[in-house]
Amino acid sequence: MFDFIKNNLILDNPMILAANISILLTVIGIVFALTYFKKWKWLWTEWITTVDHKKIGIMYIIAALLMLFRGGVDALLMRAQLTVPNNGFLSSQHYNEIFTTHGTIMILFMAMPFLIGLMNVAVPLQIGARDVAFPYLNNLSFWSFFFGALLFNISFVFGGSPDAGWTNYAPLAVEGSPGPGINYYLLGIQISGIGTLMTGINFIVTIIKMRAPGMTLLRMPMFTWTTLITSFIIVFAFPIFTVTLALMTFDRLFGTHFFTLTDGGNPMLWANLFWLWGHPEVYIVVLPAFGIFSEVIATFARKTLFGYKSMVTSLVVISFLSFLVWVHHFFTMGGSAAVNNVFSITTMAIAIPTGIKIFNWLATLYKSRIQFTTAMMWALAFIPTFVIGGVTGVMLGMAAADFQYHNTYFLIAHFHYTLIAGVVFACFAGFVYWYPKMFGHKMDERLGKLAFWFFAIGFNVCFLPQFLLGFAGMPRRIYTYAPEDGWTALNVVSTIGAVGMGIGFVILVYNVYYSFRYAKRETTGDAWNGRTLEWATTTAIPPHYNFAVIPEVKGIDAFWHMKQEKKEDKKEKIEYKPIHMPSNSATPFIMSVFFFVAGFGLVFELWWMAILGGIGSIGCMAFRSLHSHIDDEGYYVSVEEIEKTENLFKKEA
Amino acid sequence: MTHSMNVDPNTPLEYQSSIGRLNIFGFWIFLGAEVALFATIFATYFTLKGSTGGGPLPIEVFDLKNTIVMTLLLLTSSFTSGIAIHEMRRKNVKSMIIWLIITLLFGLGFLYMEISEFIHLVHEGATLGTNAFWSSFYILTGTHGFHVSLGIGWIILVIFQVLKRGLTPDTAKKVFISSLYWHFLDFIWIFVFTSVYLLGMVE
Repeated sequence: MFDFIKNNLILDNPMILAANISILLTVIGIVFALTYFKKWKWLWTEWITTVDHKKIGIMYIIAALLMLFRGGVDALLMRAQLTVPNNGFLSSQHYNEIFTTHGTIMILFMAMPFLIGLMNVAVPLQIGARDVAFPYLNNLSFWSFFFGALLFNISFVFGGSPDAGWTNYAPLAVEGSPGPGINYYLLGIQISGIGTLMTGINFIVTIIKMRAPGMTLLRMPMFTWTTLITSFIIVFAFPIFTVTLALMTFDRLFGTHFFTLTDGGNPMLWANLFWLWGHPEVYIVVLPAFGIFSEVIATFARKTLFGYKSMVTSLVVISFLSFLVWVHHFFTMGGSAAVNNVFSITTMAIAIPTGIKIFNWLATLYKSRIQFTTAMMWALAFIPTFVIGGVTGVMLGMAAADFQYHNTYFLIAHFHYTLIAGVVFACFAGFVYWYPKMFGHKMDERLGKLAFWFFAIGFNVCFLPQFLLGFAGMPRRIYTYAPEDGWTALNVVSTIGAVGMGIGFVILVYNVYYSFRYAKRETTGDAWNGRTLEWATTTAIPPHYNFAVIPEVKGIDAFWHMKQEKKEDKKEKIEYKPIHMPSNSATPFIMSVFFFVAGFGLVFELWWMAILGGIGSIGCMAFRSLHSHIDDEGYYVSVEEIEKTENLFKKEA
Repeated sequence: MTHSMNVDPNTPLEYQSSIGRLNIFGFWIFLGAEVALFATIFATYFTLKGSTGGGPLPIEVFDLKNTIVMTLLLLTSSFTSGIAIHEMRRKNVKSMIIWLIITLLFGLGFLYMEISEFIHLVHEGATLGTNAFWSSFYILTGTHGFHVSLGIGWIILVIFQVLKRGLTPDTAKKVFISSLYWHFLDFIWIFVFTSVYLLGMVE
C-alpha cells in the first residue's frame, strides 16, 4: 500500500509538488475551520444531504467556479509556455496533459455544472413549482458529478493526468498512452455522466409535469424552454458517451478490441461515437446560455422577448440538427466527398435557426430603454462576439475550406468565441442576474463591470490574434515553435489578453466576498423588476417551499402581468394550506463515495477496491429501494410556520 | 404529495399518488435513454461485425436451438410479468406474487443458458479479447444479460416489499415500473436475437 502511494504521488515536478502542498494545506485549513467554528453538522444537514433545488444549485455553481479556476490556471500555463518561441517552461508531455485537462474540465466540469446549477436555482421557481420532480435524485446527480470531477482532478497529483486531448482519440488513447491518466479520464467522466443523465430526466419530468396552473408550454419562460430542450439532448446524447467510454475502458483494462489497431479494432469508431455525443454536447451547453441571455435581455430591455414562438421553434430545430453534424469534426479523416457534403450542408443549416435567435435578441433591444446592468453588459457583449464565433463556424463548416483551417489556431479561436462568448458570458450573466435570488443581495455593480471589462476585452485580445495565427499556419496542440515561424508577436498579444481574463476572474470572485460584506440586502423578492415567476417569491431568498401559494399564470411574462393587475385591484386575503416537502437524505452522498471508490479501483486496476465500490453502490441502491417510502414521505410545513415566514417579511416591506 | 385527494377509484393503484405518476413518467424517459444506450452498442456491433479474423466464425459456434429456447424463455417471462400486473390490477396480491416468481424463474433460466453459452463459446476459442467481432458480441449480449441480472435482483426486492407492506400505491408503482423494465429487456432481446443470432447464421 505504501509503495503504491509512493510510486504514484508525483513529487519530481516542482509545480505539481507545489500543488500537492497547497492542496494539503487547503484541506487542513478547511477541516480546521469547520471544526473550530463547529460547522460540521451544519454542513451535513444544511448542504450535503439537502434536497432543496436552490441549495443544490448553489453547490453546483461553487464547484463550477473552482473548476473554472483549475481550468483557467491550465490555460494560463499554456499561454505562458507559448508566449515566446523555444520556451522550456513546460515539457512536451506536461503540455499535453495540461491541454487535455483544460478542455475536459472546462466543458464537463465547469460549463455544464455552472449551467445545471443555474437551472436548479431558477427553473423550478420559473414554473411555480416547490422543487424538482425527484429531489433525492437531484442530490445524487450533484454528488456523482462532484466525485466524478474529484476523481478526474486528482490525476495530476496522483499517477499522472490524461494526455490524449479532451477528444481522447484512439489509437493514441488506447495503445499510445500507458499509465493511469486515460483511465482517470474514462472513469471520472463516466461517474459524473451518471449525474448529468439523471439531471436531464429530472428536468424533463419537472418541466412537463409540475408547471403552475395556467402555464401552458407556450407560456414558459425562455430559460425553462432551453432547459427542457437541453434535457432531451442530454437524455439521448449522454448514453452514447456512456457506452463509448465503457468500450474504451474495456479496451484498456480487459483487452477487448473496439478501438485498437490490432485484431479488427476500428479507431475511427471512437471518433464517430465521441462526436455523436460531442456535437450535441456543444448544444447542451450553448442552449441554456441562449436561455439566460433571453431572460436577461427581456428584463433589462423592459420588453417581452421578441419572436417568442420563433425562438422556441429554432431551439427545437437546433436540437434536431445537433445530432446530424458530427462528421464535420473530422472532414479530413478520410470521409468521401459525398459524405462530407451532406455534413457540410447540415452544419451550415444550423446557422439559420441560430441567426433567427440573434435577430430576435436585436429586435427585443430595438427601441427599448436598456438598463446597463452588469448582467446586461455580458448579454450585449455576447451578441457581436458570438456572431464572430458563428460566422467562423460556417467557414469551418465548408468541407473543402476546412482542409485549410483544420487543426490550426483558427479552429481554437472559433470554438473559444462560441464557448466563451456564448457559454461563459452566459454563466457570468446568469450568476449576476440570479445572485440576489441565491444570496439575498446583489453583486456590487461597480466591481462587476470592472470584471466585465477586463474579461471581455482580455478575451478578444487573447483570441482574435489566434484567428490570424491560424491563417499563418500555427497548428494546435504544439508545445513550442521556432522564431523563424513568425508567430511570436501575435502569441505575446494573446498571452496579454489571457492575463486580462485572469484578472477579470479574480475581480469576479473578490466581488463575491465584497458583496457579502458590503452590499445592501434586498427587501423584496423582485430585485430587478423582473418578468418571470422566480421574482414573485415574497422574500429575497425564497423559503424552502418557494411559494406559500402556487401562483396562477395568465400569459408569457407571468409575474409582469401579476404586477400590472395588482396595481389595479388591491389584495384579497390569502389562505395558506400545509405544504408537503421531501426529507433530506444521506444515501446519495454515500453512494457517490462508493462510485468514487469503484472508479479509483478501476483506474489503478485494484480489483478488490473496484468490487468493494461496486457492491457498495448496489447496496446503497437496494437500501434506497427499501427506504424510498420513508424518504419520499417527507414532512408538512404547518400553516403557522408559513404565516410566520410570510408575515415577517410583510412587516419589513 | 403521497396522499392525493380526489382520486378516481377506477385509477390503477400505481397512478394514484402524484409521486407514482412522476416516477412512471420519469421511468419512460429513462427507457428512452436506455434505447439510445443499446442503439449505440448495436451500431458498434454492426460496425465491427466483419472483423472476425483470428477467431471462430459465428456460424461455426452459434447454437441456434439453444438461443431459440432462450428467446422463448424471455418472451414467456414478459407474458407472465404482464399477467402479474393484471393480477395486481385485480388486487390479487397472492397470485401477483406467484406470477412474479414465475417470471423470475424464467429470467433465471435465461441467464443460466446465456452463461453456459458464454462458457461454451470461450471453450471454442471465442473470448472477449479474440477480435473486434467477439468483443462487440460479448459487450452487446453481456450488457443485456447484466440488465437482466439487475432486473432479477430488483424484482426480488420489490416482492419483498410487497410481502412486508402489502399492496399500496407506493409498492404497486414499484411492481409496475419493474415490469416496464422487464418488458423493455424483452424488447431489446428481440433485436439481439435477430441481428446477432439469426443474421449470424446467414453469413
